[in-house]
Amino acid sequence: MSDVYIVGIGIHPFGRTDGLSGLDQGVYAVRQALSDAGLDWPQLQFAYGGSDAAGNPDTMVERLGLTGMQFINVRNGCAAGGSALFSAQMAIKSGEFDLGLAVGFDKHPRGAFNAMPAEYNLPDWYGEAGYMITTQFFANKITRYMHEHGISATSLGRVAEKAFRNAVHAPHAWRRAEVPLDEIMNAPLVSDPYTKYMFCSPAEGGVALILASEKKARELGRPLIKLKAATMRTRPPGSFEVFAPCIDIERGGSATNLASAAAFEAAGLGPKDIAVAQLQDTEAGAEIMHMAENGFCADGEQEAWLAEGRTEIGGALPVNTDGGCLACGEPIGASGLRQVYENVVQLRGDGGGRQVPNDPKTAYSHVYGAPGVSAVTILER
Amino acid sequence: MHVIAEGLFTDEATPRLIGGRHRQSGRIVFPCPQGEEFEPWPLGREGTLWSFTVQRYRPKSPPYAGPEAFRPWIVGYVELPGEVIVESRIVNIGFDEVRIGMDLELTFVPLDPDAAEPVMIHAFQPKGATA
Repeated sequence: MSDVYIVGIGIHPFGRTDGLSGLDQGVYAVRQALSDAGLDWPQLQFAYGGSDAAGNPDTMVERLGLTGMQFINVRNGCAAGGSALFSAQMAIKSGEFDLGLAVGFDKHPRGAFNAMPAEYNLPDWYGEAGYMITTQFFANKITRYMHEHGISATSLGRVAEKAFRNAVHAPHAWRRAEVPLDEIMNAPLVSDPYTKYMFCSPAEGGVALILASEKKARELGRPLIKLKAATMRTRPPGSFEVFAPCIDIERGGSATNLASAAAFEAAGLGPKDIAVAQLQDTEAGAEIMHMAENGFCADGEQEAWLAEGRTEIGGALPVNTDGGCLACGEPIGASGLRQVYENVVQLRGDGGGRQVPNDPKTAYSHVYGAPGVSAVTILER
Repeated sequence: MHVIAEGLFTDEATPRLIGGRHRQSGRIVFPCPQGEEFEPWPLGREGTLWSFTVQRYRPKSPPYAGPEAFRPWIVGYVELPGEVIVESRIVNIGFDEVRIGMDLELTFVPLDPDAAEPVMIHAFQPKGATA
């Protein structure tokens, strides 16, 4: 089995880009990644592409070149990007290919995601009655978590405040202006206890990562960023997921627990070895809960972590250094790959005003999507 | 009563929600899935509040089939002892009064209170509350 390296990265800025399709933004990211790696499109042997609402990724070949390459479309909710990367690395690990692409892009209409019950194996009445809404799940999940583990609303506000502060220094982020904590806390409620600054919005963007075998990566002479682990898991019994008409009384783990444990095992590392982390933060509480679900702290410790600034860029474990989903918005197909893009930037030391100090050598990413899928990666320089 | 879907509530004077009991494992879910693996299982009418939030914007239509005029509502999860935790509207209580752990009982409310023949959906309310 070959080790897998990330040798090229590209991104189209997230947010709203009128006049460009989702696919346009994906193509932009691919060209940037090729340039970054010093490669031409015909050299790539395969691609895995994620898009939820912006068309089939394999149609990119019409724009990039009809080389006959293998191109597989991936659709795995908000974990689509992470799943595309997982699949791409398998193609190299197996020895089948030396050089390929994981790409994700999306373009969503304004307003909340508009999921249909039948797509999730749910009856029509569930949507007709007003339950087919992700924000209800996220708000219910954090309300219960705050009750059980003593998390305050102020901690939710601190996560959002940090996101916008970090994003000021991320050229690809959508919302790049600081927002004071009291403005976040006093903003209109969307789904209690979340105010409008504590939820991310559907957005647009594209990200491309070029993966290479160790032999090919050394030939290219780019900084060696190794993909130590990429895992993807679905939910176990007793978990609590998006679009759940019911939950088991006997509580269980989560898809994130499983994907995280598998990634640490594959990498031969533990949470204390990680220098920087990008955790799914579609809302402020998700970052808090995912800190524990991924093993970085115990349930309830987040209250002290946030008050002491331990997840700030200069803290013990910087989390969501580019502002995460809260500041970048969420184009479903691209979101998980943005996290890995950001981690590569950090490991190369190219983060500028948001660069994590002390020369980080390991980086972690995690995405979570409906109806209960998670993907995790661990990078090492 | 004009209900939102068949097979969701029992046909009793005081209806109950119909869950499903897995024939092998005994696991109870709501609603009752299609197929032979689950048998219909009328659920208890009383429980405690497990979690909640307030829906403060009108969901997109489709799939939402409620009235154009929007009034925020509480949506939560109710633990029915020994059975399952069910997602439900929480009614007849102020947004500031709702608490995790409070005792609730099943009721039914119209999806559109102004409709001539309203479609009824399930909800839970504080024990003994009236509209």
